[in-house]
Amino acid sequence: MIYSLCFVLIAIGLYGVVVKKNIVKIVISLAIMEYGVNLFLILLGYRFKGEPPIMDQAADASLFVANAVDPLPQALVLTSIVISLGVLALMVALCIRLYERYGTFDITEMRRLKG
Amino acid sequence: MNGRSSREGMSVIVKTVTRWVEGFILLYGIYIVLYGHLTPGGGFAGGVIIACAFILLTLAEGQRVASKTLNPAVAAELDSVGALIFLGVAVAGLVVAQVFFKNIIATPEAAQFHLFSAGVILPCNIGIGIKVGVSLFLVFAMLSALHVTVRQDGKRDLVRRGKDES
Amino acid sequence: MIPLFVAIPLGMAFIIPMVSRKLTRAPDVLGNATMVCLTALALASIGRTGIYHMGGWETPIGIDLRLDGLSVLLLIAVNVVGLAATLFSVDYMRLYTSKFRYYSLFLFMVAGMNGVVLTGDMFNLFVFMEIASISSYALVAFGCEHEELEAAFKYTVLGSVASTFVLLAIAFMYGMTGTLNMAHVATKIASEGMSTPLMFALSLFLCGFGLKAALVPFHAWLPDAHPAAPAPISAMLSGVLIKAIGVYVLARLLFNVFGITDNLLQLLRWAGVLSMVVGGLLAIGQWDIKRLFAYSSISQVGYIVLGLGLGTPLGLVGGLYHLVNHSIFKSLLFLNAGAVEYATGERDMRKLGGLNKVMPLTGGTSLVGSMAIAGIPPFNGFWSKLIIVLACVQSGHYALAVTAVVMSLVTLSFQLKVQRYVFFGSVRAGLDRLQQIPGLMAAPMLILAVLCVGMAFLIITGMDTPLLIAPAADALAGGFFTL
Repeated sequence: MIYSLCFVLIAIGLYGVVVKKNIVKIVISLAIMEYGVNLFLILLGYRFKGEPPIMDQAADASLFVANAVDPLPQALVLTSIVISLGVLALMVALCIRLYERYGTFDITEMRRLKG
Repeated sequence: MNGRSSREGMSVIVKTVTRWVEGFILLYGIYIVLYGHLTPGGGFAGGVIIACAFILLTLAEGQRVASKTLNPAVAAELDSVGALIFLGVAVAGLVVAQVFFKNIIATPEAAQFHLFSAGVILPCNIGIGIKVGVSLFLVFAMLSALHVTVRQDGKRDLVRRGKDES
Repeated sequence: MIPLFVAIPLGMAFIIPMVSRKLTRAPDVLGNATMVCLTALALASIGRTGIYHMGGWETPIGIDLRLDGLSVLLLIAVNVVGLAATLFSVDYMRLYTSKFRYYSLFLFMVAGMNGVVLTGDMFNLFVFMEIASISSYALVAFGCEHEELEAAFKYTVLGSVASTFVLLAIAFMYGMTGTLNMAHVATKIASEGMSTPLMFALSLFLCGFGLKAALVPFHAWLPDAHPAAPAPISAMLSGVLIKAIGVYVLARLLFNVFGITDNLLQLLRWAGVLSMVVGGLLAIGQWDIKRLFAYSSISQVGYIVLGLGLGTPLGLVGGLYHLVNHSIFKSLLFLNAGAVEYATGERDMRKLGGLNKVMPLTGGTSLVGSMAIAGIPPFNGFWSKLIIVLACVQSGHYALAVTAVVMSLVTLSFQLKVQRYVFFGSVRAGLDRLQQIPGLMAAPMLILAVLCVGMAFLIITGMDTPLLIAPAADALAGGFFTL
């Protein structure tokens, strides 16, 4: 099944977040995880041999509804991409700042908070 | 690497090509924004292309030229303006028709599939286009210039999207 | 009227950075004015219910905003605590730079929380949740020092994983039911029952929102993130954020969308008791005031979830009442900690002492807060804990009742530790000549302390319940959403 590939992607991302020590790699893993979810959402609305969900003047409404791909997940994915863009920008900024302060990207060396 | 140019930025080849394509990229971005309701694209996609035009300028010509073209302070203002246009459309619906986000611009039947056919979607798309284009450029500019506080911008266009959903 | 709860703070958040380049006082004035407006709106919405169709689109096509008893309760908590926090920020945020960014982010957070509480659409909920969380990530990192950045990074990573889980769950939900509207989903589940993918979606929701609510297996980020933020933000995060985007959404989904079952109730009770015990025990050993309060938040959220997990009407009332009370006294305590830090520059309890003589108002209000959170009569915390314990006994969970009482004593012990080391005793050298805290910092603490007593009076006289708590409990007990 093609859906399982999405879960492989999500699992790879989750593995990266949990195991990796380098904060930049953690950020990349998070991005991979989000792409997995986005891909899953897109696949949910996909229809094999469907039309793109854009109407033009020539289109017949009932035929269009019968054949077109579900546009809602695409809108959702667009929104969630924008959100993950925001998170990504924030996290990259945090990484840069952390590097300024600690001089390293290694998360095991950032241990001021304990208890 | 390049000994030719004493000024900042990349080589002459890159600069020349950039000068040629720059306008077309910008125009294409504006087209995508304006025709978002008729063809694939819309405020976000077009905004990204507009931002790419400025990012290309920054890469090719260096920060100084780019910030002369689009001053970051002005960009930050535009950033808010874009979001406020979007919110203004929503509030206009509330004021005119007593419903938040009500489509207050009627579409005549004959205008279907033409540019001015989608009521408030067009002004919304323009607002989003300005917002995304400017704020992506700002994210790029701030991440490349470390001393500026970065935390702000990623989050802002997200908020715009939040409203865009409806 | 309903969309104004989101539109006003969002609009102001964009206006503030525009005007503040010229007018330096503008962020303070506009930020506080916004929160006053929102508080007034929230108070005006008591007793109202209704569904608002955004853009005039009917339910399956457009997005709905739903206002019911539970939303009103949360709206009031969010906006009142928000008002207290902005009042406090006027002077406190002098310690930091770029105030307009702070207010802008703050209003984004408020807009996000109001949106989460009001929306009736799953994906819209996700978007608002992300607005609130991302601005809170940025606010935790606001100080840009070692600890803040480290805490913010941890918080951001865990928060993003939680959001990804939620999005995946929404994808499953949409795939199985073909709709994102909560009422539609609920009707579908009520008529067709749960399927395996929906169960999977439910467990993903539990993990995701459990992480946002800092229930115990997922609590690791909270004790780092909440103390690292500026004090008014800690008050907002601990006071309302974990409830609005954690506990509230969990309760909403479990009771109104997926339909509550005995197994789910048991799960909630276990999560509640675990959070209560672990958070309480870990709090005892802390020496940083704000960190201690952060652990105590985990423990108190445990009480709320335990009350909700009982599932009986009394349990729901107790849980929701404790939710409001906790948002009041925990924000009060964090503001107290902020005032102490403002005056002394110190958060370590071992280096403080005798502040009662120097800062009587902070000391007095923090005594009220401490006693309220520890459940000493006549303060509000006592009554809500009493209701929860009674509900435990009533539904036959004696062990839970005993645990709740014991953890209340543990809370008392570590709150007394705060009082003993920070406010009582002899004044430490160097602390005897402190600057007075400004009036605008004192006012919100006083208001919240009065509310601590006021909420108790309202519940004793029985005026509070029909207005606020009972409609909220009814909204939960009402079962599946209907159109």
